[in-house]
Amino acid sequence: MDPINFVILAAILFAIGSAAVLLRRNAIIAFMGVELMLNAANLSLVSFSRIHGEIDGQVMAFFVMVVAAAEVVVGLAIIIAVFRARQTISLDEPSELKG
Amino acid sequence: MVNPLLFWIIAALTVIPSLSLLFARKAVHVAMAIVLVMVGLAAAYVALGAPFLGVVQIVVYTGAVMMLFLFVLMLVGVDQREDLKETIKGQRWIGLLAAGGLGAFLVSVVARVALPVQEETVGEPDVIAEVLFQRYVLVIEVLGFLLITAAVGALVLTHAPRLKPRRTQLEVQRDRVRVGANPVNKPMPGVYARHNALDVPALDPEGQPIEDSVSRVLKIRHQTQDGAEFRAQLEDPARKDTEEGR
Repeated sequence: MDPINFVILAAILFAIGSAAVLLRRNAIIAFMGVELMLNAANLSLVSFSRIHGEIDGQVMAFFVMVVAAAEVVVGLAIIIAVFRARQTISLDEPSELKG
Repeated sequence: MVNPLLFWIIAALTVIPSLSLLFARKAVHVAMAIVLVMVGLAAAYVALGAPFLGVVQIVVYTGAVMMLFLFVLMLVGVDQREDLKETIKGQRWIGLLAAGGLGAFLVSVVARVALPVQEETVGEPDVIAEVLFQRYVLVIEVLGFLLITAAVGALVLTHAPRLKPRRTQLEVQRDRVRVGANPVNKPMPGVYARHNALDVPALDPEGQPIEDSVSRVLKIRHQTQDGAEFRAQLEDPARKDTEEGR
């Protein structure tokens, strides 16, 4: 089976992740949607690496994983800080950011 | 080339649990489903000739990232209700349309692509290491800075400064006495010959039950007894006869 099918799978996963970010109000679930989008991008990188027969795509996917790990740490810390300040993790609640 | 059966298994293992992001109510269920998705993606990496990345995916995502998510879920309380009112009118349908449109667009574009598949280079750890530490060694060092910055940032963000000095045990006790609390221990709950338990009140020297001797928690749960049924058993003549006859 052609590895391009994995890119199609990655596109579907990316769409599901973006739908979660757009639709869910729970900050942690929306954040998991972001993680799913990052992983979909990783999957497409790895499958293109397989298609072209070169290792660079896998190295880039590795970099994405490291950056995603750092991003998760900071993001969850922000969620905890917001929860401490206002006892909620709903994304619609902190409306002070409005202009 | 990838085995078609393997592809379909991986597709089912990733797409079906990831739909829980949209439909599951509880965040813990979503987190467990995403763990499954990550395992499926690791299998996909191994199938695509990247065994090192597959192992890293398991270690980093299922082992570290999703467990961190679970920790935070437990910290902020698992029963955080999600409010379903729409801040922007029709937001749900707009979002669904946008995400579905994006997915349809990407799939329709990718499905028309036909690329010649080259010879496979398997991403064994030594192969990856050669590329990583020769061509991309500067990137690795920058990533080290990034990780340290992220760790320090998380510490700073979750640090709660102490606004008031810590109260010692002595001060707590003095404050309690000042507001009129009983300075001595509460009496123990009832210990009877027939019933020795925490759920019956003790009796004072005049035979009256002491309400304070039963735990407050048991009272709220309505799990206390007043001892009347034991007295009834004792005063029941039929029971007395059988016990004497024994």
